[in-house]
Amino acid sequence: MKHKFQYFSVGLITAWLCLFGLLSFLVMLTISFLQHDLDRIAVWHFTLQNYIDLFDPIFFKIFLKSFYIAFLVTAGCLLLGYPFAYIVSRLPEKVQNLALLLLLLPFWTSSVVRTYAMMSLLKTKGLLNAALLSMGLIHEPLQILFTNTAVSIGLIYNLLPFMILPIYVNLERFDVSLIEAAKDLGAKYTTIFRKVIIPLSMPGILGGCTLVFLPAMTLFFISDLLGGAKALLLGNLIEDQFLMANNWPRGAATSVLLTVLMAIGLLLYWSKTNKRVDYEAVT
Amino acid sequence: MKRSLRVGYLALIYLFLYIPIGTLIVYSFNNAVFSMLWHGFTLNWYRVVLQDGSLWIAVWHSFYLAIAATASALFIGTLAAISLYRYRFRGKNLLQGLLFIIIITPDIVLGIALLILFSLSGLSLGFWSLYIAHVTFCIPFVVVIVYSRAKSIDPNIFAAASDLGASELKIFWDIIVPILLPALISGALLCFALSFDDIVISFFVSGPGFEILPIKIFGLARLGVNVELNALCSLLFALTLVLVCLSQWVTRRKTI
Repeated sequence: MKHKFQYFSVGLITAWLCLFGLLSFLVMLTISFLQHDLDRIAVWHFTLQNYIDLFDPIFFKIFLKSFYIAFLVTAGCLLLGYPFAYIVSRLPEKVQNLALLLLLLPFWTSSVVRTYAMMSLLKTKGLLNAALLSMGLIHEPLQILFTNTAVSIGLIYNLLPFMILPIYVNLERFDVSLIEAAKDLGAKYTTIFRKVIIPLSMPGILGGCTLVFLPAMTLFFISDLLGGAKALLLGNLIEDQFLMANNWPRGAATSVLLTVLMAIGLLLYWSKTNKRVDYEAVT
Repeated sequence: MKRSLRVGYLALIYLFLYIPIGTLIVYSFNNAVFSMLWHGFTLNWYRVVLQDGSLWIAVWHSFYLAIAATASALFIGTLAAISLYRYRFRGKNLLQGLLFIIIITPDIVLGIALLILFSLSGLSLGFWSLYIAHVTFCIPFVVVIVYSRAKSIDPNIFAAASDLGASELKIFWDIIVPILLPALISGALLCFALSFDDIVISFFVSGPGFEILPIKIFGLARLGVNVELNALCSLLFALTLVLVCLSQWVTRRKTI
């Protein structure tokens, strides 16, 4: 009986994940090495062309741009999120929970809804421009929507909690007596911050950056809505290969490349922190 | 840092998070189609939304997809978490590795991998493709939540129950499920939210015959800002608010 129950449970999950996880990834990997064909998904002919294509100047430019935007977004999230996480971690426990609840509340609504909200705020006749005009800060409406700035703002808006939470988890366990010790030894506040607090919260910072950087390259719908019709992100490139260009092998190759980048990022993270990402920090 | 400075900083970040949604809600009551000027209060846009039949079909699709995906992911994920906690078996490392990979893979990659698999196997894109995709990305979250709660169960309880003659199924229903109930509830809520909100994966594996809400909103938003969408999004945000309050209330009651 024990065996029956165990076999059923283990068998069910293993079958599901092997079929829809492992197998689908393997099929994607295979397709990325096959030749593109207009009528079918691909033809059985081994080629590296799909990967070579990715170094074509047009695609390479999108890569660079996507990297650049992801970098800006990560830096923006870190600059906005670190002080937030730090201040919240020093609040009394009850207020902390409330502060986190307020932070996460908007994130329970669909990210499309939030991106749409940002869209209506940033548009030429939107509230932001109206407010800036009435304050006399600008004399004619700014064209923010459909620019890289709008995409970056939208990405930061969507990804900020992924930066804040790992840093908060890290700072919350922080031993305050270390700060007191440094103070007793005569360190100034800036020195304490630079030499004690930042180095000790490094795992949180790196974790947050990993969680922000990768999605910032792939959330194609944000750049579709806020960036106009331009292919800005790696995610848009993949989307286009599947929907517009109908070149699935190349799209698959782009996805494989993205996965490899992700693996490299994780390896870097592990080598820096010398431990595995714990599941709880990921969720 | 001064106290006022800290409070001010937190307030600024919250403003950044809430102003877009707040604006949306306020203007959903505005009696004008394009203008951002205030033209008086109206509930007209809500009436338009409530009378839009195609919208309700999308809501209904999203709803029963989320229910189906949540139930299945909860079932498979809970059994998996308990097995991972209680048993040693061959392939345990492989299983944990697979779960981990699915959590960390960018959504777009999972979406594309499944799209390729579905097209090659001839499964037409619609309810079933969405169902499989949603169950797949929900399972790891259930496993993580249930497993972290299961770790706190004293293993001697199982030995005691077996000694007293309880079958494995009885142990599951009468001991494990009641202890894990809070984790099961929060897992279910998370799955429901993930499934109901997902756009990236659904975008690739949904077909024209089965439209779900996030895809529908995405399609409308692509055409530009419109007042009906303001009202719809405000309604969705209100719904979220109610659900979050409800889940807070449930988990608080459970801990007492």
